[in-house]
Amino acid sequence: MKVLVCISNVPDTTSKINFTENDTKFDTNGVQFVINPHDEYTLTRAMWFKEKQGASITVVTIGNQSSEATLRKALAIGADDAIRVNAEATDGYFVAQQLAEVVKNGGYELVLAGRESIDYNGGMVPGMLASILDYNFVNAVIGIEVIDSKVVVSREIDGGKEIMESSLPMVLGAQKGIVQETELRIPNMRGIMMARKKPLTVVEPVEAEEMTVAQNFEKPEAKSACKIVESVDELIDLLHNEAKVI
Amino acid sequence: MSILVFAESSEGKFKKVALEVTSYGKKLAEQMQTNLVVVTAFVEDTTPLAKYGAGKILIGNSDGLKTSDAMVYADFLVAAANQENADVVIIDSSVNGVFVAPLVAAKLQAGYASNVVALPNSLSPFVVKRKAFSNKAFNNTEIKTATKVIGLAKNSFGLFENPTESSVETFSPDLPDGRVNRTSVETASGIVTIADADIIVSAGRGLKSGDNWGMVEDLVEVLGAAIACSKPVSDLGWRSHTEHVGQTGKQASSNLYIAIGISGAIQHLAGVNSSKVKVVINTDAEAPFFKSAEYGMIGDAFEIVPKLVDKLRTFKAENG
Repeated sequence: MKVLVCISNVPDTTSKINFTENDTKFDTNGVQFVINPHDEYTLTRAMWFKEKQGASITVVTIGNQSSEATLRKALAIGADDAIRVNAEATDGYFVAQQLAEVVKNGGYELVLAGRESIDYNGGMVPGMLASILDYNFVNAVIGIEVIDSKVVVSREIDGGKEIMESSLPMVLGAQKGIVQETELRIPNMRGIMMARKKPLTVVEPVEAEEMTVAQNFEKPEAKSACKIVESVDELIDLLHNEAKVI
Repeated sequence: MSILVFAESSEGKFKKVALEVTSYGKKLAEQMQTNLVVVTAFVEDTTPLAKYGAGKILIGNSDGLKTSDAMVYADFLVAAANQENADVVIIDSSVNGVFVAPLVAAKLQAGYASNVVALPNSLSPFVVKRKAFSNKAFNNTEIKTATKVIGLAKNSFGLFENPTESSVETFSPDLPDGRVNRTSVETASGIVTIADADIIVSAGRGLKSGDNWGMVEDLVEVLGAAIACSKPVSDLGWRSHTEHVGQTGKQASSNLYIAIGISGAIQHLAGVNSSKVKVVINTDAEAPFFKSAEYGMIGDAFEIVPKLVDKLRTFKAENG
């Protein structure tokens, strides 16, 4: 089975969010970039397909050269090879079109991606990719088993989960829960050394339409100071009469 | 020309998010001087939609809609958008909404903006304000295509009544067979979900053990709230990860969020910042959460919470 894991290169979860150039660009100054957390959970699950079912795992990202560090980390975790599409990931449909080209050229049957990236939180690429490829699709996935060409997935829904059955080829948008936190892998020295020798292919983007354009960013308005209350009576009174939420 | 809204229902009733997208659709139709059409499936009583401004209502009743395959639902919405010549399609941000919206956008070749929090800043160019960077910023996005898809963020716009005389039609387009089939569903019955809750009560490592959650459950019960927790709590196995609220967990967009023994790490705040009113109960006056909260109590949760439960019981008895 050929598995493709889509990776977003995102600011670390503790990053301070600031903008430059008249609030039109994200300020990368002093920001550490990492594998998008949902993608990291997904990649970890993909490693089991490699180890237990003999799958080959390719990771792909859309980004400039600086995103190669994140791809190398994915290789150190255990992916077999990596592809970087040399373009800036801005519009979701543009990204989905680039990934569709990679999937077609590589003949991947199972395409895994995090449900959303933690920077733009668009949550659009996995579904758009499935739609372009006409692959079967499930989102918010917290469990996957592949038996021959049958795919059984758990999907998180409000207040619980549902079990779905489908078949390859398939795109899955996965999220935290697909593996436990303790199962995430920190690359060891051997993995890091091996990652340097694994193939990382750079491909140029295909012609594709950008349907949306990010114009500028705003920070939320500064909020007023927290009101410290001394008693639960006072708290209930404020929540009822001032905030009007109970 | 029209605005098409998808009103999601559950067991024959409209969800609150369905009324919120209808409210938004009505205001957008006014702004764009066009008509609002609301499409839904398998609901008989459409009065709530008319109350929030639906001029025309399409009720899907094709057998194909009994599927759990979002691709089929996307085909259904695309058929409605084509029939109504829709300029803008509006979908909520529930788990089903975010499942189907990108599929609709790709099939319509429409630009899609998710997590939209307000009416367009301008119509030409068409620019909407969206949440980004896990609630730490907003992004103004231009949608360049003729047809547009908007994913409306939950509890961001509000409900606006706008009683309207509406026409109701059944809508039965031909749909393909589903290729994804639901085989079973596991949901806890009788609980308020984080997605639907007006009030969320959340607790963190300050509770010291998974055995100390009785008082939190009491508070949840008296407030009719949903229960939630911080990431360390779910990683430690004290609570299920389905209750984890934060950057990589669920998003809390409730009217009231009560945080007990949660210090307020940046990743947790990213998941709760879109809640309207936040209350923090913590022993540590320096806990970063106090900077993001509207109200705070400094003290021991094991003393404060049981007192709060008692007083709230009395308050509820007096105020109904």
